[in-house]
Amino acid sequence: MPLVDGLPEEEQSAKLAVENVSKRFHTGRRQQDVHALDGVTLQVAEGEFVCLVGPSGCGKSTLLNIIAGLEMPDSGQVLADGAPILGPGRHRLVMFQESGLFPWLDVFGNVMFGLKLKEGLTNAERRKVAQFYIKLVGLEKFADANIHELSGGMKQRAALARALAPNPRVLLMDEPFAALDALTREQLYGDIQRIWAARKKTIVFVTHNVREAVCLGDRVVLFSPNPGRIRQEFHIPLPRPRDINSVELAGYSSQITKALKGILHDGDAAAE
Amino acid sequence: MKRLFHATLFFLGLLLVWHLVVRAKVWSPILLPSPASVGLYLRDAVRDGSLWEATLVTMRRLLVGYFIGILIGLPLGLVTAASKFAEDTIGVLALGLQTLPSVCWIPLALLWFGQTEAAMLFVVVMGTMWSVVLATDNGVRSIPPIYARAARTMGSKGLHRWTHVLLPASLPFLVSGTKQGWAFAWRSLMAAEIYVTILTGFGLGHLLHYGRELNAMDQVIGIMLIIVVIGLLADKVLFAPWERFLHRRWGTGKR
Ligand SMILES: Nc1ncnc2c1ncn2[C@@H]1O[C@H](COP(=O)(O)OP(=O)(O)OP(=O)(O)O)[C@@H](O)[C@H]1O
Ligand SMILES: [Mg+2]
Repeated sequence: MPLVDGLPEEEQSAKLAVENVSKRFHTGRRQQDVHALDGVTLQVAEGEFVCLVGPSGCGKSTLLNIIAGLEMPDSGQVLADGAPILGPGRHRLVMFQESGLFPWLDVFGNVMFGLKLKEGLTNAERRKVAQFYIKLVGLEKFADANIHELSGGMKQRAALARALAPNPRVLLMDEPFAALDALTREQLYGDIQRIWAARKKTIVFVTHNVREAVCLGDRVVLFSPNPGRIRQEFHIPLPRPRDINSVELAGYSSQITKALKGILHDGDAAAE
Repeated sequence: MKRLFHATLFFLGLLLVWHLVVRAKVWSPILLPSPASVGLYLRDAVRDGSLWEATLVTMRRLLVGYFIGILIGLPLGLVTAASKFAEDTIGVLALGLQTLPSVCWIPLALLWFGQTEAAMLFVVVMGTMWSVVLATDNGVRSIPPIYARAARTMGSKGLHRWTHVLLPASLPFLVSGTKQGWAFAWRSLMAAEIYVTILTGFGLGHLLHYGRELNAMDQVIGIMLIIVVIGLLADKVLFAPWERFLHRRWGTGKR
């Protein structure tokens, strides 16, 4: 398989600046407001791979939605290449926690959806790119399958192909591999690192799997809940491509896991 | 094949029961004619062309009115789903008028248009469009927000968002809505044909009406049968393919 989809490299990666972003959700009564994000500041360099980890409900998905431009922060702002993000745009594609595949299209149609909105391509090129990414995620036999005929893991792979195909500058991924078996996941770790290296995309990647975060990220950012804040950052200077089973990787991941447990413990203490 | 066999058996059974009831002379044959005499009427009506002609006249009115109703109702439904103002105005109007039985339009139609084709068309359009408005509105509102969000991040907006995301996503509701619209159109047209006695075309409803005036029970029942069969055929020809497609794509309708 060729390294990338064979199209000329025309998209740049972008740098992101999350500046002092806060977000509350109002849920009925006033005192039950959820403070999803509180003063979150995060710089992501061009072509950097950043992983967000943290306990459930600490605002990771909310931050991703704000970066995508799907939601507006209550205060603070997000800049993409210095320009404030005012709405969604196809330069920042999201792979949602729930796949969000379109049930009225087959797998191929779903992958083509974003490509068709991209100008400057012939239809033949679009089809070729779509086929490339469908093959990459191992769904070539299911290109004309209906969405409801896919297993949970296959849906995630289809959603991954759909997000990669238009070659966005920024890829925002929300637990993309949560429903996959270990083998497919390891294969996709390799693929995503290859695509990332070849295309120099900026990736923000949410996961609950610390090992996964260490394997993929240049940096792992640890969140704590209530209110959602950045607790700690870890640089991962390991050479690439990385093997998820390597010993060095295990060292980092046990360090981060320990910090994560500390947060959970703080939460328990606060609840008492 | 097995299902066809079961259906055939069932309807033959119904015919037999009908035949036996007539044979038992429970009601006078003037009130309940035998299957054979209804069959004879239908044969004659086919031979002299009156049945064929009436069916054509009726179908033409039905299709024209139905498609006008959809053409107006569908965009209106999209508008009421998209705008709060339209929801509070057109939406409420649609909700109110949809509950109005279509026969109730006939006096108004007669006063406005007289005994004309226009009156007929008006009744059918009114019978169809409000239920299509409501079904479309409901369909667009029932779309899981994740689809629109995913589409927006891929750069879909404006008209593209409507034609490529919101409309296909609400297709299951649109199909059931237009199907319901069809049922309403059919009902209102029959009501209109029975009450509006115009000379520009003799429809099935008129045959039914004159069957009653002439006390020709075989004609009344024969025409009723034809109306039922047309309704069934329309369902199988117009809507079943769509529903099959939806069930296949969405994975619904499995038992
Ligand atoms: N639309 C919403 N309305 C109300 N509350 C919301 C909404 N979205 C998120 N929240 C709340 O904000 C908080 C953060 O949610 P978010 O989905 O960002 O968490 P998360 O870190 O992604 O969690 P997980 O790891 O379980 O996916 C939660 O307490 C959640 O209940
Ligand atoms: Mg989440």
